[in-house]
Amino acid sequence: MKDLHLIRLRVNGREHELAVESRRTLADMLRHDLGYTGTHLGCEHGICGACTVLVDSVPARACLMFGVQADGSEVATVEGLADGEDLSDLQQSFSDRHGLQCGFCTPGFLMLAEGYLAEDRPGAADAEPTEAEIRELVAANLCRCTGYQGIVEAVLATARARRKRDSP
Amino acid sequence: MTWVGASVPRHEDRRMLLGRGRFTDDMPAAGLLHAAFVRSPLAAAEVRGIDLSAALAAPGTRAAFTAADLGNPVLLAVLERPEFVPTEFPLLAGGQVRHVGEPVAVVVADDPYLAEDAAELVDVDYAAHPAVASLDAAGAADARPVHAGLAGNCLVDLTMFDDGRLDGIFAAAPAVISATVSSGRLAALPLEGRACRAAWDDRDGQVVLHVSTQVPHQVRSAVAQAFHIPERSVRVIAPDVGGGFGLKCVAGREELVLAGLALRLRRPVGWAEDRQENLTASFHGHEQRYAVRAAFGADGRILGLAAQIDCDVGAYSVFPFTCGVEPLMAATELPGIYKVPAYRARGRAIASNKAPTAPYRGVSRPQLVLVMERLMEKAARQLGLDPLAVRRRNMISPGEFPYTGVNGITYDEGSYAESLDLAEKRVAEAGWAAERDRLRALGLRAGIGYSCFSERTAYGTPVMSVRRMRMTPGYDTASVRMDPSGEVIVTTGTCGHGQGHETTFAQIVADRLGVDPGQVRLREGDTDLASYGWGTWGSRSIVIGGGAASRAAEQVAGQLRAVAAHLLETSAADIELAGGAARVRGDERAAVPISELARIVHFQTHRVPEQLRYGLEARSSFDPPGTFSNACHAAAVSIDPGTGEIRLLRYLVVEDCGVVINPMIVDGQVRGGVAQGVAAALLERVRYDTDGQPGSATLMDYLAPTASELCPVDIVHLETPSAHSETGAKGMGEGGTIGAPAAVLNAVNDALADAGVSFDHIPVLPQEVAAALGDTP
Repeated sequence: MKDLHLIRLRVNGREHELAVESRRTLADMLRHDLGYTGTHLGCEHGICGACTVLVDSVPARACLMFGVQADGSEVATVEGLADGEDLSDLQQSFSDRHGLQCGFCTPGFLMLAEGYLAEDRPGAADAEPTEAEIRELVAANLCRCTGYQGIVEAVLATARARRKRDSP
Repeated sequence: MTWVGASVPRHEDRRMLLGRGRFTDDMPAAGLLHAAFVRSPLAAAEVRGIDLSAALAAPGTRAAFTAADLGNPVLLAVLERPEFVPTEFPLLAGGQVRHVGEPVAVVVADDPYLAEDAAELVDVDYAAHPAVASLDAAGAADARPVHAGLAGNCLVDLTMFDDGRLDGIFAAAPAVISATVSSGRLAALPLEGRACRAAWDDRDGQVVLHVSTQVPHQVRSAVAQAFHIPERSVRVIAPDVGGGFGLKCVAGREELVLAGLALRLRRPVGWAEDRQENLTASFHGHEQRYAVRAAFGADGRILGLAAQIDCDVGAYSVFPFTCGVEPLMAATELPGIYKVPAYRARGRAIASNKAPTAPYRGVSRPQLVLVMERLMEKAARQLGLDPLAVRRRNMISPGEFPYTGVNGITYDEGSYAESLDLAEKRVAEAGWAAERDRLRALGLRAGIGYSCFSERTAYGTPVMSVRRMRMTPGYDTASVRMDPSGEVIVTTGTCGHGQGHETTFAQIVADRLGVDPGQVRLREGDTDLASYGWGTWGSRSIVIGGGAASRAAEQVAGQLRAVAAHLLETSAADIELAGGAARVRGDERAAVPISELARIVHFQTHRVPEQLRYGLEARSSFDPPGTFSNACHAAAVSIDPGTGEIRLLRYLVVEDCGVVINPMIVDGQVRGGVAQGVAAALLERVRYDTDGQPGSATLMDYLAPTASELCPVDIVHLETPSAHSETGAKGMGEGGTIGAPAAVLNAVNDALADAGVSFDHIPVLPQEVAAALGDTP
């Protein structure tokens, strides 16, 4: 007999109710039970970050969480970034700066960066983000194609543009 | 204006950024069964028995099979030459296991969790044998053969060149350098592991395989050969592929087993590799050792070169390339860009109880460039000459192209000297030396290193046939078809997996047809829909597949010009295709939209002469002799003298890949390649202990570089068009990986020079540096 739990969560603003086995990872639940296959699995042990999603606005490795742990949470995946069919500023910046090649790790980097950009950091409004700061952020995840340069540039450009936009 | 040469935004990006890429395991899974493999925990053992009963009784299990249950299917990759020992590659191991991770059984269940549960219940009775897990162990007198009767564990032993004058040259030379240069075993590590979905299609009478592969047509051949069925009965589709780097340019035994399961169960079955399987049970590469001697004149001129090259190829020959790919490449191409007058090379493939090797990005070129660049540095040091001057004295110079080397290879036009000159100039202008001196004054060690090389790309049949492979790759084919609305569908036998083919092939075809690249769609990676070809590896796609597409597009352009000439009552020679219209040269008013030509040919075909009716379509092929890209890399590093930690500070690439189709994409390939080459020099190594137990089964043990270990890469382009390609482009997918290890190792050695320490192996690890510095007085 399976060890099932009835859980409720919101994914990209949409309510889901489902029965999930206690051992099922959040990544497998999102991908195969709920159909959010944009979230990818690259290592299943928390190193590569391809499965990064936002759980209550904080980047999390979906391979290291069980689905039941997301009960009552608000989860954001790559499918929720765009405004309808229009790429978000971050997505457009990745394309402009060649921040992706095969595209497999890309959703994880987008969610990692989105979590960082949306974070209300002390002093964030005063200081221009630096290349070193973004490089350290990007070092959380692995990409095998790009050498990271386009990813760093894309996140940095978006961070600067959003800061400019949001400054009074 | 042409589209070739422009940084056209990638067509691929949008779906990937939206999370709508479709990788194999992203496909809908309704009704899917899931496979899990039972793998050997031992490196060498006899399989005495396999008990599937507990697994079959486990909840959710639908079936389980051993090799015998599937009819002992095998793959056989063959070089048709006496120096090669053919060995079978069993899809599931039967009587013997030859490396940890080798699959011995497969379990099929309702979900992947249950499949893994059941796989753990399979009871395998092994009788362990002693393993050979290194080149030295494999060659020992009492070594157990990895395959029965295999003398010296040697699968290939080939003396490619043997100049009888060499002994005399060494005896008389002012300087003779001897060195042993080696490189560690690497994992290609695509972020998407291997994955497969297999299903039986009753309507078409086909097993349909969705596979994360670089070579769909060759996977089709592998399935057909392993299960003795016609190729027509197999359809292989590569959906979006999450990187390959060579790991996916060979047939994987698991995907073939899945085809066998679908044939037998007539139910769809899926499998997605986990990272442990990827690191231990897929394919590795690059574990090589070069024992070299080189003779130099007092002026730094190389007089002769002799090399024994040993490649630890693991337990099996991969399909279709065989285990000969590394030693043959190395022995043939070792001299590289340097004019070596006398040459001897013996290349061997040595079997071991480790995972088999596949052609990982660069294939022997990172190592042979490492060898030659170390030799140039050592000769300069011994002779008291400037290392860059020694390189210049020896490299093929402007005015000497095409140059046929001692290895029988003809090098087409390149910019070897110019790229070194320019790199040296940029390094000087950017103040690298001053920065090095500043760091040294602060108590750090710092160094600058160079590497100069060319990269043979686009190996066509004329080159590949020399290897005598039973399945000889090289050519590719393409079709170009215009639909009634004037949109274009291109198919090729190449199979992109991150290189941006949908964009670059569209640029090439758009220029030929006078349309916008947005109107051109590329269909690759489907053996039923795409034209036949050899997939994507060996930096072949843009030259060979792109060349075939260019030729086919030119034929369609001829059809469009003829139709336009008929409608405009002029000669086809006066028609030009540009900006979406066919125009009469010199007459602004006389023009027909290309979409109108397409409409008329399809919907009012009676308006054109018989020979122009019934479609706008052509097929073509391309089979070049190969072409050489070249580059000069420069790297700057600092070393913490206490911990031995090496940091990459600066990186410069001056590269020449002929006509650049899309500069943004070329830069991306260079940067990604450099990252892998830097990692090979400083971080990555697949470890095995003496019993053949893998020590790098997770990403905590196998250190792929993050953004923190890398630095920005500056790139300068030179453009020497190739006479051997339709577009003037040369392949360039591997150069970054090829040049980086030597540049980085030379920089490390420059930083250590005054301590009398130098290294001739990669990766150079911090603990080795710290130990070496600790040992120096």
